[in-house]
Amino acid sequence: MSAPSLPQARFALELKDLRKSFGKTEIIRGISLAVPKGERVGIIGPNGAGKSTLFNLISGRFEPSSGEVLLDGQRLNGKKPFEINRLGLSRSFQVTNIFPKLSVFENLRCGVLWSLGYKYTFFRFLADLKDANERTDELMEMVRLDKKRDILAMNLTYAEQRALEIGITIAGGAGVILLDEPTAGMSKSETGRFIKLIKDVTVGKTLLTVEHDMGVVFGLADKIAVVVYGELLAYDTPEAVRANAQVQEAYLGSAVAELQSEGH
Amino acid sequence: MNSYYEFKPINVGRWLIWSLFALLLGVVPWLFNSSFSITILSQMGIAIIACLSYNMLLGQGGMLSFGHAVYTGLGAYLAIHALNSITDGSLPIPVSAVPLTGGLAGMFFAILFGYVTTRKAGTTFAMITLGLGELVFAMSLMIPEFFGGEGGVSGNRVTGAPFLGITYGPPIQVYYLTAVYTFLAVAAMFAFTRTPLGRMLNAVRDNPERVEFVGYNTQRIRYTAFVIAGFFAGISGGLGALNFEIVTAEVVGAARSGVYLLFTFLGGATFFFGPIIGAVLMVLAFVLFSELTKAWLLYLGLIFLFMVMYAPGGVASLIMMNLRLAMYGFLRRLWVSYLALGLTALVVLVGAGAMIEMVYHLQLSASLGSELKFFWVTLNAKGLNSWFGSAFVMLTGLGLFEVCRRQFVLDWSEIQENIEKEIKRREAL
Repeated sequence: MSAPSLPQARFALELKDLRKSFGKTEIIRGISLAVPKGERVGIIGPNGAGKSTLFNLISGRFEPSSGEVLLDGQRLNGKKPFEINRLGLSRSFQVTNIFPKLSVFENLRCGVLWSLGYKYTFFRFLADLKDANERTDELMEMVRLDKKRDILAMNLTYAEQRALEIGITIAGGAGVILLDEPTAGMSKSETGRFIKLIKDVTVGKTLLTVEHDMGVVFGLADKIAVVVYGELLAYDTPEAVRANAQVQEAYLGSAVAELQSEGH
Repeated sequence: MNSYYEFKPINVGRWLIWSLFALLLGVVPWLFNSSFSITILSQMGIAIIACLSYNMLLGQGGMLSFGHAVYTGLGAYLAIHALNSITDGSLPIPVSAVPLTGGLAGMFFAILFGYVTTRKAGTTFAMITLGLGELVFAMSLMIPEFFGGEGGVSGNRVTGAPFLGITYGPPIQVYYLTAVYTFLAVAAMFAFTRTPLGRMLNAVRDNPERVEFVGYNTQRIRYTAFVIAGFFAGISGGLGALNFEIVTAEVVGAARSGVYLLFTFLGGATFFFGPIIGAVLMVLAFVLFSELTKAWLLYLGLIFLFMVMYAPGGVASLIMMNLRLAMYGFLRRLWVSYLALGLTALVVLVGAGAMIEMVYHLQLSASLGSELKFFWVTLNAKGLNSWFGSAFVMLTGLGLFEVCRRQFVLDWSEIQENIEKEIKRREAL
């Protein structure tokens, strides 16, 4: 929440020659990327290109083998996920990752508590934390789950769980949001609505989202980053990326092939 | 209207429930007023604190500890030493504060051991607690100066200057001290579940990974909760020391830890009040049930097995499920089923019990001859008739029970469907 009043870095998120190997296999092979504040970046690439690994490196789930991750100019290497989160970066997961036995309200409130400074408090009642509860109510409306307030998260529909996941991700008010395939597993009509929701709740934030659905990503993003085999193939506006011959060959070609193979 | 009520359905009468609880603690020794039953009641209070503190780990934090007796037990030891120091005049505190010294000791050791234990969750956590439990138990035999060796450490609670005529000589005075501690500890532990840390502890139980990504250090959450649980465990131990005036090494042993786990589970780890039920059952089992039959541990094991298989939420979840039925007005439709289930289960139990008692009789009291009394019947442990009869009763019971159970399952699922419909209908209004 409280942005450091240090000299403002130009970029919200910066990757410098980022690499990650698992054993002998290099999954991320030198990615450099600078995302200005408030930009929405769609990350696309064929299956196994390293998109999720990239997110895991940025959010501290994995440690990079070499290279740097900078958040508002601050180095993130070696920091734990919770430390990175406190610096203002929050992420969602490809596989729904919520608190199944807590209610919708409790789920969202868990996302809110740290950012409002409640930390490990055990001498104040949750019910008395007016700011946290108001913020949670607000969030619940934003992700359109206000009618499901007291339902346990495990009893929600899949689409609702995805919405809850987004809600938890934005709850702490982080400036940089990473969404890993937020619309994975949704129907076409659900996806449309969901993209609008994502747009609404991330106004003014820097957004990186991994997407499989090309239509979705071109509608959502200001810039597209194309990752192929652990390398950044292109980072440009949607129009330019669409026109890029290399991208067409490497990604769109394989996407077409994928579509064809699925058709059989 | 305050819109921030918690999500538990029963909350309107919270003040009422707490007042009733206090009233119950105050009145119950007048209803059961023999000195024997007052000792039992004190033990229940002690067990309630212990099981609730254990459930802070198991039910609320998802931490399966096999070594909770370390904290109750070391609390008990420190408390008995504190009591002896009061007696020899080196510790200027009132006897009423002795359980607190136990609590501080429990907390101290939880700070010490918990730092290692809570670094990991899941199986690793369970294994470390098991190892630490064994370690402390082994220590208790190696350091007789502190643990008192085989005989343990004894003390005398009638010591120091009496306060308002309270000497803690009569058990009733110890009971009321226990009752006050029990009330305060239960209230404090309940309050804990309503705080940011308490809620984040639930979140860590559900999904530790996600917690890391909302800014919390899961290790720190587990550690802090562990220390708080250690404090209440120590208080329970300290009360135990005052109550029995002797502490022996078994209080830190694995068997005691196992008992906490078993009865917390039996009472129901998913609801706050579950362990209270578990603790009451625990004392009843140990004090009364063990008098009734030598095979009581076997029966206990069977009950545990049965609960794990059919009602993993414990007694508390059974109560809550039926309360839900009652709220939607379906309980009346089931009482015949319940009666049938209960009666047939009783028949099974009588048959099985007769056989178990005969085996125990043959193994343990063979010198008394082969005849034994089972309720009003005389059985012959070496006679074909007794065995045949018992087996017949049990098998008949089993058959009838199965018939009732199938009918019950049908009724139950139909009622659940009806409740779902009813909920949808009310939502639509």
